[in-house]
Amino acid sequence: MAALTSTRNRELFYLAVVGILTAVGFASVYIARRSLVSWDSLGYAIFFFALYVAAHLVARRAVPNADPYLLPMAGLLTAVGVTEIYRLGPSDAFKQGLWIVIGVVLFAAALLLLRRDYRVLEQYKYLFGVGAIVLLFLPRLPVVGQTVNGARLWVHVGPFQLQPGELAKVALIVFLAAYLREKREVLAQGRLKDLGPLLVIWGGCMLVLVETNDLGSGLLYFGIFLAMLYIATARLSYVVVGIGLFLAGGFVAYEKIAHVHERVTIWIHPWTTHKVFCPQTGGLALRQDCESYQLVRSLYSIASGGFGGAGLGKGTFVIPGHPPVQLIPYVNTDFIYSALAQELGLIGAAALLLVFMLFVARGMKIALQADDGFSKLLAAGLTFGFALQTFIIVGGVLRIIPLTGITLPFVSYGGSSIVANFLLLAGLLLVSHRANST
Amino acid sequence: MNKQISRISLFALLLLAALIVATTYWQAWAAPGLAARQDNAIERVAQFEIRRGLIYAADGKTVLANNVRRKSAGQNLYFRHYPTNGFASQVIGYSTQGRSRAGLERSENAYLTASNANLGTIWQRLTDRLRGATITGNNLILNLKVGPQRIAESALRGNCGAAVVLNPKTGAVYVMASSPSYNPNLIESNAGYASILKAPSACPGSSSALVNRATQGLYTPGSTFKTVTAAAALDDHVYGPDSGFYDPGYCTEYGQRISNALNPDQTAESYGNVNFLQAYEHSINAVFCNIGKALGAKRILDKAKQFGFYSKPPIELPSDEVAPSGLYNLQQHRLYDNPAIVDPGRLAFGQEHLLVTPLQMALVAAGVANDGRVMVPHLVKEVRSPGGSLVMKTKPQVWKQAMTPKTAAILNQFMQAVVTGGTGTQAQIPGIKVAGKTGTAETGRPHVYTAWFIFFAPADNPQVAGAVVLENQLNGFGGAVAAPIAKQLMQAILPGASKH
Repeated sequence: MAALTSTRNRELFYLAVVGILTAVGFASVYIARRSLVSWDSLGYAIFFFALYVAAHLVARRAVPNADPYLLPMAGLLTAVGVTEIYRLGPSDAFKQGLWIVIGVVLFAAALLLLRRDYRVLEQYKYLFGVGAIVLLFLPRLPVVGQTVNGARLWVHVGPFQLQPGELAKVALIVFLAAYLREKREVLAQGRLKDLGPLLVIWGGCMLVLVETNDLGSGLLYFGIFLAMLYIATARLSYVVVGIGLFLAGGFVAYEKIAHVHERVTIWIHPWTTHKVFCPQTGGLALRQDCESYQLVRSLYSIASGGFGGAGLGKGTFVIPGHPPVQLIPYVNTDFIYSALAQELGLIGAAALLLVFMLFVARGMKIALQADDGFSKLLAAGLTFGFALQTFIIVGGVLRIIPLTGITLPFVSYGGSSIVANFLLLAGLLLVSHRANST
Repeated sequence: MNKQISRISLFALLLLAALIVATTYWQAWAAPGLAARQDNAIERVAQFEIRRGLIYAADGKTVLANNVRRKSAGQNLYFRHYPTNGFASQVIGYSTQGRSRAGLERSENAYLTASNANLGTIWQRLTDRLRGATITGNNLILNLKVGPQRIAESALRGNCGAAVVLNPKTGAVYVMASSPSYNPNLIESNAGYASILKAPSACPGSSSALVNRATQGLYTPGSTFKTVTAAAALDDHVYGPDSGFYDPGYCTEYGQRISNALNPDQTAESYGNVNFLQAYEHSINAVFCNIGKALGAKRILDKAKQFGFYSKPPIELPSDEVAPSGLYNLQQHRLYDNPAIVDPGRLAFGQEHLLVTPLQMALVAAGVANDGRVMVPHLVKEVRSPGGSLVMKTKPQVWKQAMTPKTAAILNQFMQAVVTGGTGTQAQIPGIKVAGKTGTAETGRPHVYTAWFIFFAPADNPQVAGAVVLENQLNGFGGAVAAPIAKQLMQAILPGASKH
């Protein structure tokens, strides 16, 4: 009997629950849009279940004592994401499916490679640090770099579009965990000269912000850094100074960089009653018809969901006509949350956010259980990065903060994001297994 | 490190909890406001999956708006069609994908899309949704009468102006016409929309056919406003119906002479000794100027407010398609309410920055007709479910108590005198006692007037009341150009009125 309730068996049980939910999700999309999609859609559910069972089997072998909730929750989030992406455009869902396969393969590889002791990563910390910086500046390179939606975050290699910033996030967390574990005693003394690294990283983040025109990534990296610094040193003053520096930098960026200025203006005044200058057309227009139409339509999408939502497959994302017009550009990446909120309503959106909260709670529990500094910092850093990224994109969509285009972990369409988050998941499971094995 | 990790966890969870709070805000709290916004394309498109309710004229048979079904991306979409091609266009309005909605299509959208909160409709919508059936909206039956509305529209054609006719006892609006008009079927396409905007018009400068002149058009009321001034004087017992006045042909205000209307020989009319009725019957400005000075601007404006001035008449149209009447700052086009800076003599005969809507002046006449009570004007008679059962029926409701019944009875006599022997004789209908008041408002351009006629009939048991206004009338006096249209409308509606 004990074997039945073992950690991995529970994981398998939860995965089965997720499999059923996925099947129900695809079935409702199929029913709602019968004329447009085929029975093949149910194949997705079976395929995903098989994929996650494979991931489970690897976990069973490599990290038998790891937390049993994280993998099913990641499975649920990817399933919700791919169901909605499928509903928005079946061909994108196929690509997303491929990326999830790649993500699961890399997840399995990471578990198998590092199952003896992932702490070897500590020895390569500067490799990770340099790697993170290289990845971050890749989009700036002339041939491969690409500007999308005003921010330079993409790399184009052959048929692939990558957002290397996503992988840089994971690399940065590994580097910081190792670096801070080593330097924490020194930093904790709080001498002025030891503030050097803080300033270097602040400068780095500001550079990222300026170079990529992207407030969100800057906030994400700097937020992760401050959280990990605080965990390592217990000095709240660092956090206060850090936030002050970030606000100062952000203010300068607001003053000097047109793109950042525009994002903030849109955030504060998305609607105007009088016509204002419209940079896209060069003429005058109401701001909701010009710069902020994406945000405004996304808010309309969320609001129209109401309490119970339109139902999967029943939402409105296209203005019919010749040709039909997409209501919200980037709806399956940056704005996937507003699509989900319209179709699932407050009940569904809140449930989705609760899954994110549970994921964060489990991740932080692993950090608490781990017994060495590197493991604690790594688990807490990965989890906090996951939480902060969720907050930045959903908070942007909900107008809590200025909107910046980053992905919703596991849910948004995008290969690099899926891969990076599976590596993040592998890291958490590795730490969890080790903490539970001793 | 665990203490810090716990704190960071708490912080991270609070960040995510804030997202749930914000989602709740947008989906529960802010949702109705966003759904009502004109630029909400999602709401608009989603509503095209709903088969909107039909709109009928008062006969319950003439269809003013229906739907055309088209398939798009595997969905049934319903597009609006207006079979009458421009009957009461500004009142019905339009519902399009590209250009949002206007008129009753906008203000009664909840009924038309079955999203009103009546229990029967909610149940219907729920079962439709669970069955996957198309949601069908409720039908509107208006008070507009087909024949009289058509008469008003053709009488106004070629001019800019408006006509409103309603039942003074119930507030039911029988006619609401605004000229120039447009064909709502043209609104959706860019070319059609441009053709409406560019159509040549009788009143350059304020030509938009999209404007509902009956409720939004702001005009100088001229002498029709003497009705309000007289009501103020009678109600406050400053003058009685038998008060005598001397008319020298002018009135002196701030040391300057304000002349009466001119005789054909270019001398000012002068009536000498007259009583109150005669002053009203012949619309003598000099007498009303002195009455205004005696009353003061505040009393006149207070009386006007009792008639509904300074508030929007609570008719079923969208709030921004109804304008309040009152004193306007012409530069800023904004209402102001300060009797201290108004010339009471000129105010008394309806000049002096006073701007009114035809609907408001129809309500003034209706107030006199209905013993001093102004009823809430209603365009909608009833709302019925697609199956035909009654969802809502409009009940007559008092909006304002404008004056005492006694004052109303006196003014009734005054207004009858205008038609029997005064400035409004062209509104006479054999066998029916008609009451009315002309207005010929100065526009600032020589010999160009805004011509008015406000009326009700039969005077002993009023069934209709209304206002007709024509803009830009060269030497056109209210009694000569507006009164005949009013006569046609009364004849069309009143049973037993001879039609010749």
